[in-house]
Amino acid sequence: MLEALWITVKLAAVTTLWLLVLGTPLAWWLSRTRSNLSHAIEAVVALPLVLPPTVLGFYLLIAFAPQSTLGQAWQALTGERLAFSFSALVIGSILYSLPFVVQPLQAAFRQLPEGLLQAAASLGASPLDRAASVVWPLCRPSFIAAASLGFAHTVGEFGVVLMIGGNIPGETQVLSIALFDRVESLDFDAAHSLALGLMLFSLVTLFLLYRSSGRWSVRL
Amino acid sequence: MTALSLNLSAERGDFVLAVEADIPAGITGVYGPSGSGKTSLLMRIAGLMRGADTDTVRLGEVLLEDGSTWLPAEQRDVAMVFQDARLFPHLSVADNLAFAHRRRRRDGPSIEQVSDWLGVRDWWQRLPAALSRGQQQRVALARSLVNAPALLLLDEPGANVDPQGRRQMLEVIADVCARQSMSALLVSHDMRDIADTAAQLLVLEHGQLLAQGSVMALAASVEGPLARQPDAAAIVEGRVEQHNSQYGLTEVSVGGQTLWTDQTSRPRGSTVRLRLPARDISLCREAPRATSILNVLPTEVTAIEAGDDNRVLVQLRLGDQYLLARITRMSLEKLGLQVGERVFAQLKSTALIDTARGIYDE
Repeated sequence: MLEALWITVKLAAVTTLWLLVLGTPLAWWLSRTRSNLSHAIEAVVALPLVLPPTVLGFYLLIAFAPQSTLGQAWQALTGERLAFSFSALVIGSILYSLPFVVQPLQAAFRQLPEGLLQAAASLGASPLDRAASVVWPLCRPSFIAAASLGFAHTVGEFGVVLMIGGNIPGETQVLSIALFDRVESLDFDAAHSLALGLMLFSLVTLFLLYRSSGRWSVRL
Repeated sequence: MTALSLNLSAERGDFVLAVEADIPAGITGVYGPSGSGKTSLLMRIAGLMRGADTDTVRLGEVLLEDGSTWLPAEQRDVAMVFQDARLFPHLSVADNLAFAHRRRRRDGPSIEQVSDWLGVRDWWQRLPAALSRGQQQRVALARSLVNAPALLLLDEPGANVDPQGRRQMLEVIADVCARQSMSALLVSHDMRDIADTAAQLLVLEHGQLLAQGSVMALAASVEGPLARQPDAAAIVEGRVEQHNSQYGLTEVSVGGQTLWTDQTSRPRGSTVRLRLPARDISLCREAPRATSILNVLPTEVTAIEAGDDNRVLVQLRLGDQYLLARITRMSLEKLGLQVGERVFAQLKSTALIDTARGIYDE
């Protein structure tokens, strides 16, 4: 069970990191662009909110198969099989939790007055400088919210992992799957402690999030 | 020396800006009604707004943009002071100033100096949200001065500031520009701000450049765009000769003649600019012998321009400078005034606005 906990935490942490790296520029672009393409991309980003996770999982399962183009390319690049690996879980989780990171960031960026960025530029601040000295401090609460939601949502993931993870203990078996396993084998005591643990974790995360969102807010 | 060479445009819906001008070093006023494109002009020069591919902007020797070049705002040696201050809300006043100081390209006044000149030192620890709009404007000006740019773009820097504070801000701008050999474009819809500080003037209307020239020449022109304004006023320069504290008056010599103004704090021998509103000047054929009006100046009529409101604008030469008088058409006909004739111009001493001191509320 500890193994499942470790894998869950590792998966959520790695996924969150990738989500911040990929989601921040995406959210920035979505918040500033006037291109029609942005609506299509917004729809794709939001898809995991409404889609049954098994649908995403099913397509990923096919995409990750050893005979598939992606599977082959992955094998050639890393020398490892993609299907039923931890990396596959990370890729699936990134897609699955994407809206939980992109949407709060996009909303924060949209509220950031363009005039402040213009003032910073006029004083000689480069784009990266502006990101670090203006965008980050003013949007910090949203970054924290986005990271927390991305982390918590990845911990709570089930359908996608079930489809693409293969339930390999020590490699791809996360807590939610372990719980499913225990119930299948009628081990209700273990199931109880897993379920309660996951529930408490989610509750505490959300509580901290709501509490901090009041404290961190900066008046614009 | 040309500080700024422009051939630029901008489009925003129906509004089209197109300005071609060579602007000399020093302070240049940009005057025009609201919606005339003053702010767009500054935004274009700052690199915060795009124009057409055919535009060129050159600052001194540096090409800021042309068909194949585009220097982004942060690489232009230009700092803009926005009408709405735009202080960073998460930084204290001191940190806002430090932000600009860290990113400056050359030596310039220190944060302490600028803070003292503009009286913002007491607010250092405060966040912008704790300041009034006028106070924010002063901090925004301080922030741009600390940045020590080659060109300062000032968009109504005195908006929301009381007359005294406004006066102080303009004095600091003039002072820093002179000391740092910095140039500035000063946008204002109030000619008094410009009369105070600027040597050159651009007049904009509907996105077009209506006139360009020295402030004094444009202010005294009867055909120019400024003559049509109800508050048309010539600007003359004079020398402070003496103060008469018994009567609270100051003697200023202008073109060899003596003018009495309300007593100013300017030292003897210093040059002051006086703004003489055309509607406060009356004319007579002969020198009045007994009059309460202190200033009676012998002048020569150099131009007469009829307005569309039964009033005419008369341009008068005083030495090598010019005055404007707005009188009724009836008075003009009664006096039978012609160009080239000599006439006496009368102005009350209180009508003089010593722009160098800035009696704004007269």
